[in-house]
Formats: sequence, C-alpha cells, structure tokens
Amino acid sequence: MTVTTAPARLVVEGLTVAAVGSGATIIEDVSVRVAAGEVLGVVGESGSGKTTLGLAMVGHARRGLEIAAGSVCLDGTDLFSLSPAELRKLRGAAMAYVPQDPSSAINPSLRVGGQLKEILAAHGRQGAEADARLQEVLAEVGLDSRHGILSVYPHQLSGGQQQRVAIAMAFACRPGLIVLDEPTTGLDVTTQRTVLETVARMCASYGVAAVYVSHDVVVVGELSNRVAVVYSGRVVETGATADVFGAPAHPYTQGLLRAVPSPERSGRLVGMEGVPPRPGQRPPGCGFAPRCPLVIERCTVAMPELVPTDRTGQLARCVLVETGQAHTRGALASASGQDLAGPAESGAAPVLQVTGLDAFYGQRQVLFGIHLAVPQETCVAIVGESGSGKTTLARCIAGLHTSWTGEVRYGGRPLTPGIRRRPKDVLRGIQYVFQNPYASLNPRRTVGGLVAQPVENLAGRRHGRHDDKKILDALRSAALSVEVVNRYPDQLSGGERQRVAIARTLAVSPTLLVCDEVTSSLDVSVQAAVVELLRRLQRQHGLAMVFITHNIALIRSIAQQVVVMHDGQIVESGTVADVLDHPRADYTRQLLDDVPKFSAAITGASDA
Amino acid sequence: MTAPAPAPSPEATTAPRVRRREWLHILTGAARTPRGMAGSGLVLLVVLLAVTGPFFAAYSPLQFVTTPGAPPSSKFPLGSDILGRDVLSRVLDGGWQLLLMATAAMLIGIVLGTAAGIAAAQLRGWRDGVIMRTVDVILAFPQLVFALLLVSILGPTRWLLVVAVGLSHAPQVARVIRAAALDVSERDFVKAVEITGVRQSKVMSGEILPNLLTPLMVEAGLRLTYSIVIMTGLSFIGFGLQPPAPNWGYMINENRIILTTNPWAVVAPAILIAVLAVGLNTFTDAIARVALGIERAEKLIAEASGTGSVAEIPA
Repeated sequence: MTVTTAPARLVVEGLTVAAVGSGATIIEDVSVRVAAGEVLGVVGESGSGKTTLGLAMVGHARRGLEIAAGSVCLDGTDLFSLSPAELRKLRGAAMAYVPQDPSSAINPSLRVGGQLKEILAAHGRQGAEADARLQEVLAEVGLDSRHGILSVYPHQLSGGQQQRVAIAMAFACRPGLIVLDEPTTGLDVTTQRTVLETVARMCASYGVAAVYVSHDVVVVGELSNRVAVVYSGRVVETGATADVFGAPAHPYTQGLLRAVPSPERSGRLVGMEGVPPRPGQRPPGCGFAPRCPLVIERCTVAMPELVPTDRTGQLARCVLVETGQAHTRGALASASGQDLAGPAESGAAPVLQVTGLDAFYGQRQVLFGIHLAVPQETCVAIVGESGSGKTTLARCIAGLHTSWTGEVRYGGRPLTPGIRRRPKDVLRGIQYVFQNPYASLNPRRTVGGLVAQPVENLAGRRHGRHDDKKILDALRSAALSVEVVNRYPDQLSGGERQRVAIARTLAVSPTLLVCDEVTSSLDVSVQAAVVELLRRLQRQHGLAMVFITHNIALIRSIAQQVVVMHDGQIVESGTVADVLDHPRADYTRQLLDDVPKFSAAITGASDA
Repeated sequence: MTAPAPAPSPEATTAPRVRRREWLHILTGAARTPRGMAGSGLVLLVVLLAVTGPFFAAYSPLQFVTTPGAPPSSKFPLGSDILGRDVLSRVLDGGWQLLLMATAAMLIGIVLGTAAGIAAAQLRGWRDGVIMRTVDVILAFPQLVFALLLVSILGPTRWLLVVAVGLSHAPQVARVIRAAALDVSERDFVKAVEITGVRQSKVMSGEILPNLLTPLMVEAGLRLTYSIVIMTGLSFIGFGLQPPAPNWGYMINENRIILTTNPWAVVAPAILIAVLAVGLNTFTDAIARVALGIERAEKLIAEASGTGSVAEIPA
C-alpha cells in the first residue's frame, strides 16, 4: 500500500472539542490529514468521540460543545474562522455529511426529487442543468430514475435506498470533502455491500477526500486507505490501513481486531471488558490503561506521545511503542483454526422440536412450515436478514407470539401458544434473552431485584432478600462483579446490562436459552465478550441454545448447528462446518459473500 | 476459564442517581427552576395562610361582631360580611378544610383512574373496551355537571362531596394513564417478566406503575388544581360545605350582594383561590418540564447506546 503523497485536502491540526461550561474534552489534540481521492477510516467504540470528530471536520460542534483549540482546514480555508453564512455556503457544495440514520437526514414530507433539487438550487444549479445532474447522481448511487424514484416519498423506500438517496444528496454538488458517519449501521449485509461499493466508487472517481466514521473494523478495513483509531477522544494509532490492521501496534487496536468475528475463522472471540472513560473523567495517563492487558506503571502517569512505529507512516500512542517493545503480532493470525466441536451425537430426544410451524401477524403469514430440532447441549444458530421471521420464530417458542399453528414440543410435551397456559416448569426451562438490554431491564429495579424476579416468580422464593446466594451465583456466572447487585440499569454499560439479562435467566437454571440478537446493540468488542460468555455458559451448564442473529460471521464462534432463514422459510440447515464451508443454497452463499472481510493485503501483512 | 469481572463502568461509580425517591428528586428539581420557585412560592403562601390562619383569627368566624357589609376599618381590616361577621377571620379560617378535601378528592381520583388506566392498557381486549367506554360515557358530561349530579344524589355531606369530586376526576386520569401505560406495557422488560408467568396484577403494580411516575405526578398536580376549582365552584352554587362554616367558595356567593359596600368580602377569598390555582398549575408545569427532561435524557442515552455515544452528551 502506498502512503499518499498527494497534497492534503483536509487538514485537522490539534483539534480539541470540549463541553461548554464544564470544559470536559470530548476530543483532544487530534491531527489528521486526508488527501484527494483518499478514504480515511475513523474507528472507535461508542463513547470514543468519533462522531464529534466527524462533525467537527465539517465545521460543526453539537449543541453544548465548542471547538476549544486547533483548526480544521479544507483546501486551505480554516472552517472555524468562517462566519455562519460562509460556512453554510460551503456545506453541501464543498463538503457534505452523511449521518448514520438516513431517515433523519431526509425530510419525510418531501419527494426524493424535490429533496435533491433543493440542494442543487441552494448552490445555484437550476433548470436543465439541475435535472441532468439529478439523473447523473442517481445513476451513480445505483438508483434508477426511470422507475419514478424522484416522485416517491422517503418512507416508500427501503433503508438501503434511503441511505443511497442520502449519499446522492451528499455527492450532488461534487464536494471536495465528504464525511460519512456509520452510514451502513442498521442495514443488512447485502445492502451494506452495495452502499459501500457506491461510496468507494464515488470517492475514487471524483477525487473526494472522504472520512468514514465507524465502529466496524472490518468495513473500515475494506473501504479505507488510511485509518485513525480513536479512543477516549484521542487518536491512539494511525497509518495505512494495511499496516494498522495488519500489524497493530497499540493494544487497543489489537483488542478491536481480536473481537471481530469471521465466517472463515472460528474459535473464541476475545472481547475487551469495560467502556471508554467518559469526558471529564478520563485518567491522567493513557486513556486505555484501565482496560489494557499490557498496562505498566508508566501508562497511568502521563499520556504517551504519538510516535512512529517500525512501519513507515504508522504512528501509535503507546508506551510500548515508545520503548520499542510493541508486540506487533498480527491480531488476525492469532485466531485458532478449529471449529467448536459439538457434543457427541447421541440418540437422546431433542430438547425442542418444532414441526410445521406457521405463524401469522393478523392476516399475513410470516413463517411457513418451519421444522427445527434443538438437541441437548447444542447451540443452534438461526441466521437471516431483517424481516426473515427469525425473531418471530424465537417469540413463538418463548410464548410471546401466540398466533401460530403447528407443533412445538419441549422435552417431548407440546406447548401451548400463549404463556398463560404453560406450566411453571416449562416457563422455567425456556428462558429468553432480549435483543436490546436498554429496553429489557426495568429501569426502576436494582440488578439484584431484576435477577431475583424470575426466581421469585418461578421457584416461589420470598420477596425482599436480594443477597440470596442463587442471585450472586448467577451474577458471578455472567462474569459480573457482585457489587452491581444494588445498582440500577442506567448505571451499567450496555455489555453489563446484557450480562444482567443473561444472569436473570441463569438464576432459574434453564435447559433452553433463546437469545434474540443479543449482541446487535453492542460494540464489537463487547459483543465478543458476551458471545464468549454465552459459549462458556452453554458448555458449563449443558444448555441447549437457540441463537438468533443477522450476523453470519458470529455463528462459528458460538453455534454447532445453523439454520438459515429467508422470507419466513428455512432455506438451509445443518452443522456449522457443513453450511459455512459448503453452502448449498444460493441465499447462504450470497450472505457469506456479502460479509465484509479483511482484504488479502491486510491478512497478508500480518504474516510479515 | 473464567472471564475477569468487568470493571465497574465509570458512570456507575461517579453518578449515583436517586432512584428510590425519584419523586422527591423531581420535586426538588422542579422547585429549583424559576417557574417552580414562583409556583411553589404562591402555593406555600396560600397553604401557610390556610393552615395557620385559624390560630391568628381575631374573632370567631361565626361570631356577629359588627354591622353587615361594613367597609374595612382599623378593627376589621377587611370589613364585615353580609351577616356582620369579620371577613379576615372567615378568610383565615375558611381554607384548611377546602385544602384537605381537595387533596382527598385528588387522591381518590388518581387511585381509581390509575387502576382503571393501567388495567385497560395491560389487559387489552374486551376489558379495555369496557373500561374505556365507561370512561367515554362519563367524559361526555362536563366534570362540574357530573360532580353536581353525584352530589345531588349522594347529598352535600362533607365526605360524600369529596367522593363525588374524586369520582369525577377518575375518568380523566384513566385516559392519560392508559395512554402512558400502553407505551410501557409494550416494552421488553414487561415481556421479560410476563414470560416468568406472574399474575397480571403483579406486572401492573411492579413493572408498569413505577414507570408512570412522571404522568402521575403531573396528573396529581392538575387534579389538585381542578379539585379546588370544582369544590369552590360547588360551594358557590350552594352544593359544597354548608353554612355557617366559613369557606372561600361560599363566601364569594353569599357576599356578592354587598359587593358595593364591602368588595373585600368577595375579592379576598377570590384572590386566594386564584393564587392557589395559578401557583399549583405553574408548579405542575415545572414538574412536567423537569421530569420530561430527565426522561428525555434517559431516552437519549438509550438511543445513543447503539452506535452513537453516551459519553458525548455533555453533562
């Protein structure tokens, strides 16, 4: 990979953004430059400050924040020296921003055509010229204007189409700089692929300096030429993508990479515990020190400088790099090649047997003749895009969705559709972990109270004594410290909340755990830790598990068997190795192809 | 292998939130805003006057001390009423009963309305239909007319009056609480408890009710204001507390004939009622703003938790 020598279009020097009043710094002393035609990836977890950085690059500070120091220069113009009117003139024309949620970027009451014309008109393009540009830019993002797309309203478009309209809006005036903030989060892999290809093509063909902000290391690895890894408001490592991801020097980058699941590699995911420190509460030394596995005393004393590593153009902010002890062992090479062997096939009856299940929402049928067997002590992954019916299937099993026909047998006994008529031992035996830990925990209850609830309700324990051994054991099994017992959910991080949700199910010793997209609202590093926890618990407690996910890359790390669903039907099922290595259905193959992967250049660099 | 226990998140150790007494947290928060300060100041003024007034009254409120309709004098600062009783003494003595009764009526309305609203939202189906259609029928009458209807059936005894006004609040409260409870009952944490097979009553009291704090506090404030207005209104038309006991509502009615000779006999109680109502309403507004602010911040955090950033919400 060549280190770009073209003159930089965007130059950020010593940028510091702080909260008004408290002065807590959100991002601190960030310097990056992006050349024409180059894509800079900005990677970091939730709370790292990457969105604030992205917005600052287009000259914006969110309400309550201010630019405390530093400069952002676009083609030599310092954005923060401009008046609001001058800045407005540049926005849309010379620089553009694509936010994470396309529906928030598009006016829901304007037709797509009107939307785009508005931008062109604002920058002095009208009439035939505007129409021609409109057709051009729509074609570029892969939307066919002949199909009347100009006259539809945004809600009539799918999420992927909306995002492409947002990208078309950003590119409409041929800006010199474009900042994309997680534009593919929330899209399924197939749509994500087309959106990413569109962005890459547009940047290359118009010499745009692009900044791609994302928590997804793999997507950034695929798309960008250079990356800046942001942690706790500072750039901790930067350089050519192949160098940074191929031979990461900073322990944080290494940790991020180890947490990435892959459909090709299997084995344990290694997560990073904890959360980035909040602004205003950052430790005096290296921000990553509290979570760093390689922490030494010096780390906690002073912030290390961003110093060159042994690779040209690669800089890292780590004591180990300063002292030349960085172990640049390729993170990707560390994964083991073994599959997670399932338990020996036994003749025992399956824990759960679903036969000919049809499910309905009102008049609409959403599941068609589902057959599924979950053997004892086995994890069955159910994979599919949004709308494939996988969550409905899980809810049918758990008794949350009642409108279905067919047969669901648990331990040989048929189950009723609703919860009310299910006996207590069935309710105890089948436990359900919800997708979003921010919604599944009652904010008015303490952790102890939350975990005690199913025990009280199902095992008939008395109210009030939350320090019961069962509850503490469940918390410990879920790798939570027992101190959290008196906390409320809003005092916990997302990963901790999901652990509480898991502990809640463990407290009643279930036989079948139904996990509905339990990691989709978590950061990749936290996702890895939660998946690893579930894998370990499944082994230790001999649980049967149904693991619902849209992320086919995850399943090798947790499941022994897999079921692929599409449009309410099962298109393929079998053992994980069979299905992933030799997919028979076209749909499975497509899913596997669309998963973002590190390019050969990066994985190759790790062997160097 | 065991994963190490995660370090407590920084927000957990440094930002303990008052949860057990969140209502208190909201109240004190509201009282600190300019709006809340003004509102609570007005309310406290009237409440203090009503509660301590009886001890400072110079004359018995029932004693005929001077000529009827006498204008203010040094002996009788607010003059005398239509029967020659001291207006100041009657004003000082005529509030505490009203406040007590209004509060009791508010509580009855809130309890009944909340029970009905939560039950309708959580049980759905025909039970929702029965509850809400009943509510609709009652709401078809103006509240004052409905309360009047009840009073005329039950009779104007003090406690029956409280029950009547309380009952007239219940459907309005049920409406608001049902809407809020519908939202809560759809959330995953309710489902998570339901699949442990608990009784509906326990889901309603343990999961839904605690998450209705904000609308409940706002409703309580509003209903208290309405209680006072309706009760004084009923007194004014002679259905409230019976004379000769002093009460602000009836004072306005009985003294309206001597408005020209001693306006204070009407104006003083009217001002007190108005100040109380305005103060209560203002304070309720402050509560709503503070509580909504907290809720919105919570929501923001939950939304940001996905891929946005919690940390970037400036503290």
